[in-house]
Amino acid sequence: MCAKQVTRKPSEPVGTTGHEWDGIEEFNNPMPRWWVWTFYATIVWAVGYMIAYPAWPLISGATPGVLGASTRADVAAEIQRFDEANAGIKAQLVAAPLASIPADQTLMAYAEPAGASVFRTNCATCHGSGAAGVEGKGYPSLLDDDWLWGGTIEDIHLTITHGIRNTTDPDARYSEMPKFGVDGLLEDAQIDAVVEHVLAISGQAHDAALAAEGATVYADNCTGCHMEAGEGDPTQGAPALNDAIWLYGGSREKIKETVVYARFGVMPAWAGRLTEDEIRAVAAWVHSRGGGE
Amino acid sequence: MWDYTKLIVLGLIALFAAIATNYAHDLAYQVNALVVMLAAGGTFLWTLRRMGEPKRARPNEYMDDVVRAGVIATTFWGVVGFLVGVFIAFQLAFPALNFEWAQGILNFGRLRPLHTSAVIFAFGGNALIMSSFYIVQRTSAARLWGGNLAWFVFWGWQLMIVLAATSYVLGGTQSKEYAETVWYIDWWIVVVWLSFLAVFMGTLINRKEPHIYVANWFLLAFIVTIAMLHVGNNLAIPVSIFSSQSVQVTAGVQDAMIQWWYGHNAVGFFLTAGFLGMMYYFIPKQAERPVYSYKLSIIHFWALIFLYIWAGPHHLHYTALPDWASTLGMTFSIMLWMPSWGGMINGLMTLSGAWDKLRTDPIIRMMVVSVGFYGMSTFEGPMMSIKAVNSLSHYTDWTIGHVHSGALGWNGMITFGALYFLTPRLWNRERLYSLKLVSWHFWLATIGIVLYASSMWVTGIMEGLMWREVDANGFLVNAFADTVAAKFPMYVVRGLGGGMYLLGALIMAYNLWMTVRAQPAKAPVNANNFVPAE
Repeated sequence: MCAKQVTRKPSEPVGTTGHEWDGIEEFNNPMPRWWVWTFYATIVWAVGYMIAYPAWPLISGATPGVLGASTRADVAAEIQRFDEANAGIKAQLVAAPLASIPADQTLMAYAEPAGASVFRTNCATCHGSGAAGVEGKGYPSLLDDDWLWGGTIEDIHLTITHGIRNTTDPDARYSEMPKFGVDGLLEDAQIDAVVEHVLAISGQAHDAALAAEGATVYADNCTGCHMEAGEGDPTQGAPALNDAIWLYGGSREKIKETVVYARFGVMPAWAGRLTEDEIRAVAAWVHSRGGGE
Repeated sequence: MWDYTKLIVLGLIALFAAIATNYAHDLAYQVNALVVMLAAGGTFLWTLRRMGEPKRARPNEYMDDVVRAGVIATTFWGVVGFLVGVFIAFQLAFPALNFEWAQGILNFGRLRPLHTSAVIFAFGGNALIMSSFYIVQRTSAARLWGGNLAWFVFWGWQLMIVLAATSYVLGGTQSKEYAETVWYIDWWIVVVWLSFLAVFMGTLINRKEPHIYVANWFLLAFIVTIAMLHVGNNLAIPVSIFSSQSVQVTAGVQDAMIQWWYGHNAVGFFLTAGFLGMMYYFIPKQAERPVYSYKLSIIHFWALIFLYIWAGPHHLHYTALPDWASTLGMTFSIMLWMPSWGGMINGLMTLSGAWDKLRTDPIIRMMVVSVGFYGMSTFEGPMMSIKAVNSLSHYTDWTIGHVHSGALGWNGMITFGALYFLTPRLWNRERLYSLKLVSWHFWLATIGIVLYASSMWVTGIMEGLMWREVDANGFLVNAFADTVAAKFPMYVVRGLGGGMYLLGALIMAYNLWMTVRAQPAKAPVNANNFVPAE
């Protein structure tokens, strides 16, 4: 097969192989030297690498390589390095009284970046990477001073640890708004009236006559949680209605939707998924954004 | 007698498909069964109506009807595949394009496999099948073996595409990248592919040339290896004969390794070896120059075939895959660099002595740029397989950019060149409708690829750096959403690059259409009758 008869054309430096397929011929040019040598070099390098690193499978395990390299050991070592470096400050963070953390410069120097990292990995999915929440979708902003379940560092810590209205943690914070519409607790006319009243106390355009009617409905049905003037009650997670901050939207349609169907926002419990020092760090970070009240 | 057998088989298939439609467990299966029923029923009627007609035997002519159909299918699926690609690129930039009303059908997750399968298997697959059929006949001086088997391959492949596309958007997938097709489509692919192998081998065996041309080595390697990879990666047990769901035979890291043994060699044998076969025919033909080096073609062929099959583990660096497999994947990828470049050298150097044609012939220009992108991608690939580089590039858009510089640059451009080469010859036209439009296509496609690849390098490296950034205490600095937000402008650029590429393909479709419609036919010579070359 390799013994080709060489037919040389006068105009060509090398001949062709003498075959022709549909008019295509092939020159007998040698392989470019640089190509051959680079190919050899990659082979030599590859063999060297296989000697240096784990490469060939054996009956059990593989050749370990003369460098004893292991990517798993590298990762374990790096994690251990940071664990050891942070062990002291983590212990201090867990031991400190919660209320003292925000004022403690040393602890905050660690808790701020640590908490931010925990937040970005675990909380950003709902609350947004900048903690601004998603307006109208029920994911509250953590940057303002409007807190559903309280904004002290203790409250935030409790909320993160046990979550809200979940079924996994018996200590989860819990409250439930009645479905005034679908459960027939209020009639349609009453709902329209109370919505108008909520528009009035939140300082929006409203029908004054209807709102006055709604004030009675409000007093009879809503004050238990949302309080007389609509200031809300953080002990039962009842949002304030007398401001411009809305969890599920503050338009007439959205408020009516909330009254008819009610809302049931859930947050998972993070105890067990995050360690205590991580929960404290992220609580301190969230507190530093908009906490304190 | 043969016709009666066909009628019985088609009738049984249609009947079973009707039963399957009735008992289907899921919508994807049901729609697929319906498509099969219609296809089998339609073919049944078509066969029935042609029962009495005398068969035309033309043993002395090339079988070009099926190649013509392949040219049309390649162009059509190319435009469809690029269109879906541009749409999903903009879905990534503007998530609102995942329309609420089309959730579960037209959202990114459903359309992405539709795009990849449309461009690789519908556009690329048709390009490979039709050029294999054309090349093997010309270089063997023999008609395609097996009579209408070549038509079966063509229509079987189109049916596979329609089944795959309809099942993807309805949720039928086995969740393996580039092997999403569910179990019964996998079986159908095996039938069609082995028929393809039979036609190709049969024609080679019937050849009137003493030797097998290099293009056919690559094409044969491609067909044989794809059959092996496809069967190996799709070993699955259906949960029911009436369901699209199946369970993979292997699990965990073994399954991942087999998937990327398949995945990487789908690139290596479908998109590299197969297209090198095209390159080895169309470049010397269009340049009217002999191939640069016979010796280089032998050495790089065998080196490529031997080394490629080992390189898959580089897709699984820093995962549950053991270190030793990672090492082998990486070292074989590095050794693959020069064997890959052998094809580039042979392609480019074939033009030595004819470089002036780059100025005058936009088709040659297209082919040369194609080989250039091939060289660039086959350098970038081994580089990205190095573990240190991979730790930055893995999971980022850099990979997407790499794939597209290969797919748009190499596979796309060489296919466009082949289509421009084939259309006037197959329809017996003097010349293409417009070389100026070929130039427009060339520049739109080239600039489109450059925009695509460079925007993905930027976002890929940026997001890789953002993901790995940790502060002094070892905490991550960026949220994932931060990296997504940072990529937005480059996503728009990528979409525009893809749009330009699509526009070029539309111009090509128009040009080819006008070539067939409006160009005068060549004076009738016995162009279709073959004689063995000297």
